Amino acid sequence: MTASVSIKLTVNGETVTADVPPRMHLADFLRERLSLTGTHIGCEHGVCGACTVRLDGDIVRGCLVLAVQANGAAVETVEGVSDSGEIADLQEAFRQRNALQCGYCTPGMLLTAQELLAREETPDRETIREHMSGNYCRCTGYQAIVDAVETTARARAAART
Amino acid sequence: MKAAAFDYVRPASVAEALELLRRHGDAAKLISGGQSLVPALNLRLLAPEILIDLGGLDLRSIAMDGGVLRIGALARHVDLLNSALVAEHAPLLALAMPHIAHPAIRNRGTIGGNLAHADPASELPAVMQALDAAIVVEGADGTRRVDARDFFTGIYETVLAADEMIVGVEIPVAEAGRRFFFHEFSRRSGDYAIVGLAAAATVAGGTASDVRLCYFAVGDKATLAEGAGAALSAGPMSVERVAAAQAALAEDLSPQDDQQGSAATRMHLARVVLARATAALFDDPALAGRTAA
Ligand SMILES: Cc1cc2nc3c(=O)[nH]c(=O)nc-3n(C[C@H](O)[C@H](O)[C@H](O)COP(=O)(O)OP(=O)(O)OC[C@H]3O[C@@H](n4cnc5c(N)ncnc54)[C@H](O)[C@@H]3O)c2cc1C
Ligand code: FES
Ligand code: FES
Repeated sequence: MTASVSIKLTVNGETVTADVPPRMHLADFLRERLSLTGTHIGCEHGVCGACTVRLDGDIVRGCLVLAVQANGAAVETVEGVSDSGEIADLQEAFRQRNALQCGYCTPGMLLTAQELLAREETPDRETIREHMSGNYCRCTGYQAIVDAVETTARARAAART
Repeated sequence: MKAAAFDYVRPASVAEALELLRRHGDAAKLISGGQSLVPALNLRLLAPEILIDLGGLDLRSIAMDGGVLRIGALARHVDLLNSALVAEHAPLLALAMPHIAHPAIRNRGTIGGNLAHADPASELPAVMQALDAAIVVEGADGTRRVDARDFFTGIYETVLAADEMIVGVEIPVAEAGRRFFFHEFSRRSGDYAIVGLAAAATVAGGTASDVRLCYFAVGDKATLAEGAGAALSAGPMSVERVAAAQAALAEDLSPQDDQQGSAATRMHLARVVLARATAALFDDPALAGRTAA
Protein backbone atom coordinates (compact mmCIF):
# COMPACT_ATOMS: atom_id res chain seq x y z
CA MET A 1 0.00 0.00 0.00
CA THR A 2 1.19 3.50 -0.69
CA ALA A 3 1.37 5.92 2.15
CA SER A 4 -0.22 9.34 2.22
CA VAL A 5 2.12 12.29 2.53
CA SER A 6 1.39 15.36 4.61
CA ILE A 7 1.78 18.64 2.82
CA LYS A 8 1.58 22.27 3.81
CA LEU A 9 1.14 25.03 1.28
CA THR A 10 -0.66 28.30 0.80
CA VAL A 11 -3.66 28.47 -1.49
CA ASN A 12 -4.85 31.94 -2.38
CA GLY A 13 -2.93 33.26 0.59
CA GLU A 14 -4.34 30.85 3.17
CA THR A 15 -2.22 28.14 4.76
CA VAL A 16 -3.51 24.65 4.07
CA THR A 17 -2.30 21.36 5.53
CA ALA A 18 -3.46 17.97 4.26
CA ASP A 19 -2.56 14.32 3.89
CA VAL A 20 -2.62 13.36 0.23
CA PRO A 21 -1.98 10.20 -1.74
CA PRO A 22 1.10 10.82 -3.92
CA ARG A 23 -0.83 10.11 -7.10
CA MET A 24 -3.32 12.95 -6.51
CA HIS A 25 -2.62 15.84 -8.85
CA LEU A 26 -2.93 19.45 -7.83
CA ALA A 27 -6.11 20.13 -9.83
CA ASP A 28 -7.92 17.25 -8.10
CA PHE A 29 -6.58 18.40 -4.74
CA LEU A 30 -7.93 21.92 -5.28
CA ARG A 31 -11.30 20.70 -6.51
CA GLU A 32 -11.95 17.76 -4.23
CA ARG A 33 -10.22 18.67 -0.99
CA LEU A 34 -10.64 22.44 -1.07
CA SER A 35 -13.80 22.69 -3.19
CA LEU A 36 -12.08 25.22 -5.44
CA THR A 37 -13.89 24.05 -8.55
CA GLY A 38 -12.91 27.03 -10.67
CA THR A 39 -9.90 25.00 -11.75
CA HIS A 40 -11.32 22.75 -14.46
CA ILE A 41 -10.17 19.37 -15.71
CA GLY A 42 -10.33 18.45 -19.36
CA CYS A 43 -7.76 16.06 -20.72
CA GLU A 44 -5.63 15.26 -17.67
CA HIS A 45 -2.54 14.91 -19.81
CA GLY A 46 -1.36 18.43 -20.34
CA VAL A 47 -2.96 19.26 -23.66
CA CYS A 48 -5.97 21.51 -23.01
CA GLY A 49 -4.97 24.05 -20.34
CA ALA A 50 -8.33 23.99 -18.51
CA CYS A 51 -6.50 23.14 -15.27
CA THR A 52 -4.11 26.13 -15.34
CA VAL A 53 -3.15 27.48 -11.89
CA ARG A 54 -0.25 29.50 -10.51
CA LEU A 55 2.49 27.81 -8.58
CA ASP A 56 4.96 30.18 -6.91
CA GLY A 57 3.89 32.86 -9.35
CA ASP A 58 4.23 30.81 -12.56
CA ILE A 59 1.31 29.32 -14.49
CA VAL A 60 1.40 25.52 -14.62
CA ARG A 61 -0.82 22.62 -15.64
CA GLY A 62 -2.67 21.58 -12.47
CA CYS A 63 -3.06 18.07 -13.88
CA LEU A 64 0.70 17.65 -14.38
CA VAL A 65 1.81 18.72 -10.92
CA LEU A 66 1.34 16.28 -8.07
CA ALA A 67 -0.15 17.76 -4.92
CA VAL A 68 2.88 16.45 -3.00
CA GLN A 69 5.13 18.47 -5.30
CA ALA A 70 3.30 21.62 -4.21
CA ASN A 71 4.43 21.10 -0.62
CA GLY A 72 5.81 24.42 0.62
CA ALA A 73 4.61 26.32 -2.45
CA ALA A 74 2.19 29.19 -2.97
CA VAL A 75 -0.73 28.22 -5.19
CA GLU A 76 -3.15 30.69 -6.70
CA THR A 77 -6.34 29.76 -8.50
CA VAL A 78 -8.90 31.67 -10.51
CA GLU A 79 -10.89 32.15 -7.30
CA GLY A 80 -7.90 33.89 -5.72
CA VAL A 81 -7.20 36.26 -8.58
CA SER A 82 -10.92 37.00 -8.90
CA ASP A 83 -11.40 37.82 -5.23
CA SER A 84 -8.32 40.02 -5.12
CA GLY A 85 -9.56 42.04 -8.08
CA GLU A 86 -6.31 41.41 -9.94
CA ILE A 87 -8.09 40.40 -13.14
CA ALA A 88 -11.37 42.28 -12.79
CA ASP A 89 -10.73 44.30 -15.95
CA LEU A 90 -9.76 41.19 -17.92
CA GLN A 91 -12.91 39.40 -16.77
CA GLU A 92 -15.01 42.38 -17.79
CA ALA A 93 -13.32 42.43 -21.22
CA PHE A 94 -14.06 38.70 -21.64
CA ARG A 95 -17.72 39.40 -20.87
CA GLN A 96 -17.95 42.40 -23.17
CA ARG A 97 -16.23 40.66 -26.07
CA ASN A 98 -18.13 37.38 -25.71
CA ALA A 99 -14.83 35.64 -25.09
CA LEU A 100 -16.61 32.87 -23.23
CA GLN A 101 -19.58 30.72 -24.07
CA CYS A 102 -19.70 27.52 -22.00
CA GLY A 103 -16.91 28.87 -19.78
CA TYR A 104 -15.06 25.60 -19.47
CA CYS A 105 -11.76 27.00 -20.74
CA THR A 106 -12.18 30.43 -19.15
CA PRO A 107 -10.32 30.06 -15.84
CA GLY A 108 -7.27 28.73 -17.70
CA MET A 109 -7.55 31.43 -20.36
CA LEU A 110 -7.70 34.18 -17.72
CA LEU A 111 -4.66 32.99 -15.78
CA THR A 112 -2.66 32.41 -18.96
CA ALA A 113 -3.56 35.83 -20.38
CA GLN A 114 -2.76 37.54 -17.09
CA GLU A 115 0.76 36.09 -17.15
CA LEU A 116 1.38 37.63 -20.56
CA LEU A 117 -0.18 40.96 -19.57
CA ALA A 118 2.03 41.14 -16.50
CA ARG A 119 5.11 40.70 -18.65
CA GLU A 120 4.43 42.62 -21.83
CA GLU A 121 2.98 46.09 -21.98
CA THR A 122 1.10 45.83 -25.28
CA PRO A 123 1.55 42.44 -26.92
CA ASP A 124 0.39 42.24 -30.54
CA ARG A 125 -2.24 39.72 -31.62
CA GLU A 126 0.37 37.27 -32.85
CA THR A 127 2.13 37.32 -29.48
CA ILE A 128 -1.20 36.85 -27.70
CA ARG A 129 -2.06 33.87 -29.91
CA GLU A 130 1.34 32.34 -29.36
CA HIS A 131 1.13 32.74 -25.60
CA MET A 132 -2.40 31.29 -25.47
CA SER A 133 -1.63 28.45 -27.88
CA GLY A 134 -1.64 25.81 -25.16
CA ASN A 135 -5.19 26.60 -24.06
CA TYR A 136 -8.03 25.02 -25.98
CA CYS A 137 -11.46 26.55 -26.43
CA ARG A 138 -14.13 24.48 -28.14
CA CYS A 139 -16.70 27.29 -28.31
CA THR A 140 -15.48 30.74 -29.20
CA GLY A 141 -13.11 30.24 -32.11
CA TYR A 142 -10.45 32.18 -30.16
CA GLN A 143 -10.93 35.48 -32.03
CA ALA A 144 -12.97 36.99 -29.21
CA ILE A 145 -10.47 35.80 -26.62
CA VAL A 146 -7.63 37.52 -28.45
CA ASP A 147 -9.84 40.63 -28.70
CA ALA A 148 -10.44 40.64 -24.95
CA VAL A 149 -6.78 40.21 -24.09
CA GLU A 150 -5.75 42.91 -26.55
CA THR A 151 -8.40 45.31 -25.24
CA THR A 152 -7.24 44.77 -21.67
CA ALA A 153 -3.60 45.31 -22.62
CA ARG A 154 -4.43 48.61 -24.31
CA ALA A 155 -6.61 49.79 -21.45
CA ARG A 156 -3.94 48.99 -18.88
CA ALA A 157 -1.27 50.72 -20.96
CA ALA A 158 -3.47 53.80 -21.30
CA ALA A 159 -4.15 53.81 -17.55
CA ARG A 160 -0.41 53.81 -16.87
CA THR A 161 0.34 56.91 -18.95
CA MET B 1 -7.71 9.26 -16.31
CA LYS B 2 -6.08 8.91 -12.92
CA ALA B 3 -2.63 7.51 -12.22
CA ALA B 4 -2.25 4.18 -10.44
CA ALA B 5 -1.02 4.48 -6.85
CA PHE B 6 2.66 4.92 -6.09
CA ASP B 7 4.92 5.94 -3.23
CA TYR B 8 6.85 9.18 -3.24
CA VAL B 9 10.25 10.26 -1.96
CA ARG B 10 12.10 13.53 -2.30
CA PRO B 11 15.84 13.06 -1.82
CA ALA B 12 17.95 16.01 -0.68
CA SER B 13 21.10 15.13 -2.63
CA VAL B 14 22.23 13.44 -5.84
CA ALA B 15 23.90 10.72 -3.75
CA GLU B 16 20.64 10.01 -1.96
CA ALA B 17 18.72 9.95 -5.25
CA LEU B 18 21.20 7.46 -6.71
CA GLU B 19 20.98 5.30 -3.59
CA LEU B 20 17.18 5.23 -3.89
CA LEU B 21 17.46 4.33 -7.58
CA ARG B 22 19.80 1.49 -6.73
CA ARG B 23 17.54 0.22 -3.98
CA HIS B 24 14.29 0.29 -5.97
CA GLY B 25 15.58 -0.57 -9.44
CA ASP B 26 12.91 -0.94 -12.10
CA ALA B 27 10.11 -0.26 -9.62
CA ALA B 28 11.20 3.40 -9.39
CA LYS B 29 10.90 6.35 -11.75
CA LEU B 30 12.66 9.69 -11.41
CA ILE B 31 10.48 12.77 -11.72
CA SER B 32 11.81 16.23 -12.60
CA GLY B 33 9.27 18.57 -14.20
CA GLY B 34 6.79 15.76 -14.65
CA GLN B 35 5.63 17.19 -17.98
CA SER B 36 6.28 13.95 -19.85
CA LEU B 37 6.06 11.53 -16.93
CA VAL B 38 2.77 12.65 -15.37
CA PRO B 39 0.83 12.41 -18.66
CA ALA B 40 2.16 8.84 -18.98
CA LEU B 41 1.12 8.09 -15.37
CA ASN B 42 -2.33 9.61 -15.84
CA LEU B 43 -2.83 7.57 -19.01
CA ARG B 44 -1.54 4.51 -17.14
CA LEU B 45 1.11 3.90 -19.76
CA LEU B 46 3.45 3.63 -16.77
CA ALA B 47 2.76 2.40 -13.24
CA PRO B 48 5.93 2.67 -11.15
CA GLU B 49 5.79 1.67 -7.50
CA ILE B 50 7.70 4.71 -6.35
CA LEU B 51 8.54 8.17 -7.67
CA ILE B 52 11.86 9.75 -6.76
CA ASP B 53 11.32 13.51 -7.01
CA LEU B 54 14.48 15.35 -8.05
CA GLY B 55 12.82 18.72 -7.43
CA GLY B 56 14.74 19.35 -4.23
CA LEU B 57 18.22 18.96 -5.75
CA ASP B 58 20.51 21.87 -6.37
CA LEU B 59 20.91 21.32 -10.13
CA ARG B 60 19.30 24.40 -11.59
CA SER B 61 22.24 26.64 -12.37
CA ILE B 62 23.29 27.98 -15.76
CA ALA B 63 26.91 29.15 -15.69
CA MET B 64 29.99 29.76 -17.84
CA ASP B 65 33.07 27.79 -16.91
CA GLY B 66 36.06 28.40 -19.17
CA GLY B 67 34.90 27.70 -22.71
CA VAL B 68 31.91 25.68 -21.58
CA LEU B 69 28.34 26.61 -20.76
CA ARG B 70 27.19 24.31 -17.95
CA ILE B 71 23.49 23.80 -17.46
CA GLY B 72 22.11 21.84 -14.51
CA ALA B 73 19.64 19.03 -15.24
CA LEU B 74 16.85 20.82 -13.38
CA ALA B 75 17.11 24.09 -15.32
CA ARG B 76 13.58 24.59 -16.64
CA HIS B 77 12.70 25.38 -20.22
CA VAL B 78 11.67 28.88 -19.12
CA ASP B 79 15.03 29.39 -17.41
CA LEU B 80 16.83 28.61 -20.67
CA LEU B 81 14.43 30.79 -22.63
CA ASN B 82 15.16 33.78 -20.39
CA SER B 83 18.88 33.20 -19.85
CA ALA B 84 21.26 35.88 -21.13
CA LEU B 85 24.11 33.34 -20.99
CA VAL B 86 22.21 30.93 -23.23
CA ALA B 87 21.33 33.72 -25.67
CA GLU B 88 24.97 34.79 -25.87
CA HIS B 89 26.85 31.51 -25.79
CA ALA B 90 24.36 28.97 -27.14
CA PRO B 91 22.17 30.99 -29.51
CA LEU B 92 20.91 27.85 -31.23
CA LEU B 93 19.41 26.66 -27.96
CA ALA B 94 17.77 30.06 -27.52
CA LEU B 95 16.29 29.79 -31.02
CA ALA B 96 14.81 26.38 -30.23
CA MET B 97 13.25 27.12 -26.83
CA PRO B 98 10.11 28.97 -27.98
CA HIS B 99 9.17 25.91 -30.06
CA ILE B 100 9.02 23.65 -27.03
CA ALA B 101 5.47 23.19 -25.79
CA HIS B 102 3.58 26.11 -24.22
CA PRO B 103 4.34 28.62 -21.44
CA ALA B 104 2.71 26.62 -18.63
CA ILE B 105 4.68 23.52 -19.62
CA ARG B 106 7.91 25.44 -20.06
CA ASN B 107 7.48 26.69 -16.49
CA ARG B 108 7.89 23.09 -15.21
CA GLY B 109 9.72 21.00 -17.82
CA THR B 110 13.48 20.59 -17.38
CA ILE B 111 16.37 19.99 -19.75
CA GLY B 112 17.44 16.82 -17.90
CA GLY B 113 13.95 15.33 -18.03
CA ASN B 114 13.61 16.23 -21.67
CA LEU B 115 16.89 14.59 -22.70
CA ALA B 116 16.24 11.50 -20.56
CA HIS B 117 12.78 11.17 -22.10
CA ALA B 118 14.44 11.06 -25.56
CA ASP B 119 11.37 11.83 -27.59
CA PRO B 120 12.48 11.58 -31.25
CA ALA B 121 10.33 14.64 -32.03
CA SER B 122 11.85 16.80 -29.30
CA GLU B 123 13.97 19.79 -30.20
CA LEU B 124 16.56 19.48 -27.45
CA PRO B 125 18.29 16.20 -28.42
CA ALA B 126 18.89 17.72 -31.87
CA VAL B 127 20.18 21.02 -30.50
CA MET B 128 22.58 19.19 -28.17
CA GLN B 129 24.02 17.22 -31.09
CA ALA B 130 24.27 20.24 -33.39
CA LEU B 131 26.17 22.06 -30.62
CA ASP B 132 28.49 19.12 -29.91
CA ALA B 133 27.35 19.07 -26.28
CA ALA B 134 28.14 16.48 -23.64
CA ILE B 135 25.50 15.04 -21.34
CA VAL B 136 26.77 14.64 -17.81
CA VAL B 137 25.61 11.43 -16.18
CA GLU B 138 26.09 10.32 -12.60
CA GLY B 139 25.85 6.78 -11.25
CA ALA B 140 27.28 4.54 -8.59
CA ASP B 141 30.65 4.52 -10.33
CA GLY B 142 30.93 8.29 -10.52
CA THR B 143 30.42 10.80 -13.28
CA ARG B 144 30.71 10.23 -17.01
CA ARG B 145 30.32 12.60 -19.93
CA VAL B 146 28.49 11.20 -22.93
CA ASP B 147 28.80 12.85 -26.34
CA ALA B 148 25.24 13.91 -27.23
CA ARG B 149 25.54 12.07 -30.52
CA ASP B 150 26.04 8.77 -28.67
CA PHE B 151 23.43 9.39 -25.98
CA PHE B 152 20.19 8.65 -27.85
CA THR B 153 19.65 5.07 -29.00
CA GLY B 154 16.02 4.92 -30.15
CA ILE B 155 12.45 5.97 -29.41
CA TYR B 156 12.47 7.02 -25.73
CA GLU B 157 15.78 5.17 -25.36
CA THR B 158 19.20 6.36 -24.22
CA VAL B 159 22.47 4.92 -22.95
CA LEU B 160 21.44 5.74 -19.35
CA ALA B 161 21.70 2.69 -17.10
CA ALA B 162 18.86 1.97 -14.68
CA ASP B 163 20.88 3.33 -11.76
CA GLU B 164 22.13 6.49 -13.48
CA MET B 165 20.74 9.99 -13.80
CA ILE B 166 21.49 13.09 -15.83
CA VAL B 167 22.98 15.88 -13.72
CA GLY B 168 23.61 18.42 -16.46
CA VAL B 169 24.88 19.27 -19.92
CA GLU B 170 28.03 21.00 -21.10
CA ILE B 171 27.93 23.04 -24.27
CA PRO B 172 31.12 24.38 -25.87
CA VAL B 173 30.56 28.09 -26.39
CA ALA B 174 29.89 29.37 -29.88
CA GLU B 175 33.10 30.45 -31.63
CA ALA B 176 33.25 33.68 -33.61
CA GLY B 177 31.99 33.08 -37.15
CA ARG B 178 29.76 30.18 -36.14
CA ARG B 179 26.26 30.52 -37.58
CA PHE B 180 23.05 28.80 -36.55
CA PHE B 181 19.69 27.88 -38.00
CA PHE B 182 16.61 26.37 -36.42
CA HIS B 183 13.28 25.54 -38.00
CA GLU B 184 10.49 23.06 -37.53
CA PHE B 185 7.33 22.23 -39.37
CA SER B 186 4.44 21.55 -37.01
CA ARG B 187 0.68 21.66 -37.38
CA ARG B 188 0.09 24.09 -34.53
CA SER B 189 2.35 26.26 -32.43
CA GLY B 190 3.74 24.26 -29.51
CA ASP B 191 3.01 20.88 -31.06
CA TYR B 192 5.76 18.37 -31.58
CA ALA B 193 7.39 18.79 -35.00
CA ILE B 194 6.63 16.81 -38.15
CA VAL B 195 10.17 17.55 -39.33
CA GLY B 196 12.72 19.85 -37.71
CA LEU B 197 16.33 20.87 -38.19
CA ALA B 198 18.91 22.36 -35.84
CA ALA B 199 22.03 23.41 -37.76
CA ALA B 200 25.41 24.98 -37.08
CA ALA B 201 28.18 25.87 -39.51
CA THR B 202 31.18 28.09 -39.92
CA VAL B 203 30.86 30.24 -43.03
CA ALA B 204 33.84 32.05 -44.56
CA GLY B 205 34.67 33.11 -48.09
CA GLY B 206 31.55 31.52 -49.61
CA THR B 207 32.37 28.11 -48.16
CA ALA B 208 30.94 26.29 -45.19
CA SER B 209 32.94 24.13 -42.84
CA ASP B 210 32.22 21.96 -39.81
CA VAL B 211 28.57 21.71 -40.82
CA ARG B 212 26.38 19.98 -38.26
CA LEU B 213 22.84 19.28 -39.41
CA CYS B 214 20.72 17.53 -36.81
CA TYR B 215 17.21 16.47 -37.79
CA PHE B 216 14.46 15.62 -35.35
CA ALA B 217 11.01 14.01 -35.74
CA VAL B 218 12.52 12.12 -38.69
CA GLY B 219 13.19 8.54 -37.68
CA ASP B 220 13.53 6.97 -34.25
CA LYS B 221 15.89 9.58 -32.80
CA ALA B 222 17.44 12.94 -33.56
CA THR B 223 20.01 12.25 -36.27
CA LEU B 224 23.08 14.08 -37.52
CA ALA B 225 22.96 14.12 -41.32
CA GLU B 226 26.66 13.53 -41.88
CA GLY B 227 26.54 12.89 -45.62
CA ALA B 228 24.59 16.08 -46.28
CA GLY B 229 26.89 18.02 -43.96
CA ALA B 230 29.96 16.76 -45.83
CA ALA B 231 28.34 17.57 -49.18
CA LEU B 232 27.63 21.13 -48.09
CA SER B 233 31.22 21.70 -47.00
CA ALA B 234 32.91 20.10 -50.04
CA GLY B 235 33.60 23.42 -51.80
CA PRO B 236 32.25 26.90 -52.55
CA MET B 237 28.52 27.10 -51.95
CA SER B 238 26.20 26.88 -54.95
CA VAL B 239 22.69 25.74 -55.83
CA GLU B 240 24.24 22.52 -57.16
CA ARG B 241 25.97 21.88 -53.87
CA VAL B 242 22.68 22.31 -52.02
CA ALA B 243 21.08 19.81 -54.41
CA ALA B 244 23.88 17.32 -53.76
CA ALA B 245 23.38 17.69 -50.02
CA GLN B 246 19.63 17.21 -50.45
CA ALA B 247 20.28 14.01 -52.41
CA ALA B 248 22.65 12.79 -49.67
CA LEU B 249 19.78 12.93 -47.15
CA ALA B 250 18.44 9.71 -48.70
CA GLU B 251 21.36 7.91 -47.02
CA ASP B 252 21.45 9.96 -43.82
CA LEU B 253 17.81 9.73 -42.76
CA SER B 254 15.27 6.93 -42.30
CA PRO B 255 11.96 8.77 -42.01
CA GLN B 256 8.96 6.96 -40.59
CA ASP B 257 5.28 6.90 -41.56
CA ASP B 258 2.84 7.95 -38.88
CA GLN B 259 -0.38 9.92 -38.47
CA GLN B 260 1.61 13.18 -38.64
CA GLY B 261 3.02 12.48 -42.10
CA SER B 262 4.31 9.87 -44.51
CA ALA B 263 7.96 8.97 -44.92
CA ALA B 264 7.92 10.60 -48.37
CA THR B 265 6.47 13.83 -46.97
CA ARG B 266 9.11 13.86 -44.28
CA MET B 267 11.96 13.35 -46.75
CA HIS B 268 10.57 16.14 -48.90
CA LEU B 269 10.32 18.50 -45.93
CA ALA B 270 13.82 17.53 -44.79
CA ARG B 271 15.13 18.61 -48.19
CA VAL B 272 13.12 21.84 -48.18
CA VAL B 273 14.40 22.82 -44.75
CA LEU B 274 17.98 21.98 -45.76
CA ALA B 275 17.83 24.49 -48.60
CA ARG B 276 16.30 27.09 -46.28
CA ALA B 277 19.01 26.44 -43.73
CA THR B 278 21.75 26.93 -46.30
CA ALA B 279 20.17 30.11 -47.58
CA ALA B 280 19.92 31.46 -44.05
CA LEU B 281 23.45 30.43 -43.06
CA PHE B 282 24.86 32.12 -46.20
CA ASP B 283 22.35 34.95 -46.10
CA ASP B 284 21.55 34.21 -49.76
CA PRO B 285 17.87 33.47 -50.53
CA ALA B 286 18.77 32.20 -54.01
CA LEU B 287 20.20 29.06 -52.41
CA ALA B 288 16.68 28.07 -51.31
CA GLY B 289 15.25 28.47 -54.79
CA ARG B 290 14.63 24.82 -55.50
CA THR B 291 14.44 21.43 -53.85
CA ALA B 292 15.69 18.21 -55.38
CA ALA B 293 13.05 16.03 -57.01
C1 LIG C 1 1.16 19.30 -24.17
C2 LIG C 1 2.65 19.08 -24.16
C3 LIG C 1 3.40 19.50 -25.23
C4 LIG C 1 4.79 19.30 -25.27
N1 LIG C 1 5.48 19.71 -26.35
C5 LIG C 1 6.82 19.51 -26.39
C6 LIG C 1 7.58 19.92 -27.51
O1 LIG C 1 7.06 20.52 -28.47
N2 LIG C 1 8.91 19.64 -27.51
C7 LIG C 1 9.51 18.99 -26.47
O2 LIG C 1 10.72 18.77 -26.51
N3 LIG C 1 8.82 18.62 -25.39
C8 LIG C 1 7.50 18.86 -25.33
N4 LIG C 1 6.80 18.44 -24.22
C9 LIG C 1 7.53 17.72 -23.14
C10 LIG C 1 8.23 18.67 -22.18
O3 LIG C 1 9.30 19.35 -22.83
C11 LIG C 1 8.79 17.94 -20.97
O4 LIG C 1 9.03 18.91 -20.00
C12 LIG C 1 10.07 17.17 -21.17
O5 LIG C 1 10.01 16.28 -22.24
C13 LIG C 1 10.41 16.31 -19.95
O6 LIG C 1 10.99 17.09 -18.97
P1 LIG C 1 10.48 16.98 -17.47
O7 LIG C 1 11.44 17.70 -16.63
O8 LIG C 1 9.07 17.42 -17.42
O9 LIG C 1 10.65 15.41 -17.21
P2 LIG C 1 9.76 14.35 -16.44
O10 LIG C 1 8.41 14.28 -17.05
O11 LIG C 1 9.85 14.58 -14.99
O12 LIG C 1 10.58 13.02 -16.79
C14 LIG C 1 10.63 12.51 -18.11
C15 LIG C 1 11.43 11.20 -18.10
O13 LIG C 1 12.79 11.43 -17.79
C16 LIG C 1 13.18 10.76 -16.60
N5 LIG C 1 14.04 11.72 -15.89
C17 LIG C 1 13.67 12.94 -15.43
N6 LIG C 1 14.74 13.61 -14.97
C18 LIG C 1 15.81 12.79 -15.13
C19 LIG C 1 17.20 12.92 -14.85
N7 LIG C 1 17.73 14.05 -14.32
N8 LIG C 1 18.01 11.88 -15.16
C20 LIG C 1 17.51 10.76 -15.72
N9 LIG C 1 16.21 10.58 -16.00
C21 LIG C 1 15.37 11.58 -15.71
C22 LIG C 1 11.90 10.41 -15.90
O14 LIG C 1 12.04 9.25 -15.12
C23 LIG C 1 10.96 10.19 -17.07
O15 LIG C 1 11.13 8.91 -17.60
C24 LIG C 1 5.43 18.65 -24.16
C25 LIG C 1 4.67 18.25 -23.05
C26 LIG C 1 3.29 18.45 -23.04
C27 LIG C 1 2.49 17.99 -21.86
S1 FES D 1 -6.72 18.97 -17.76
FE1 FES D 1 -4.69 19.67 -17.50
S2 FES D 1 -4.13 20.27 -19.48
FE2 FES D 1 -6.08 19.36 -19.83
S1 FES E 1 -15.97 28.87 -23.83
FE1 FES E 1 -16.47 26.77 -24.05
S2 FES E 1 -14.50 25.89 -24.21
FE2 FES E 1 -14.05 27.97 -24.29
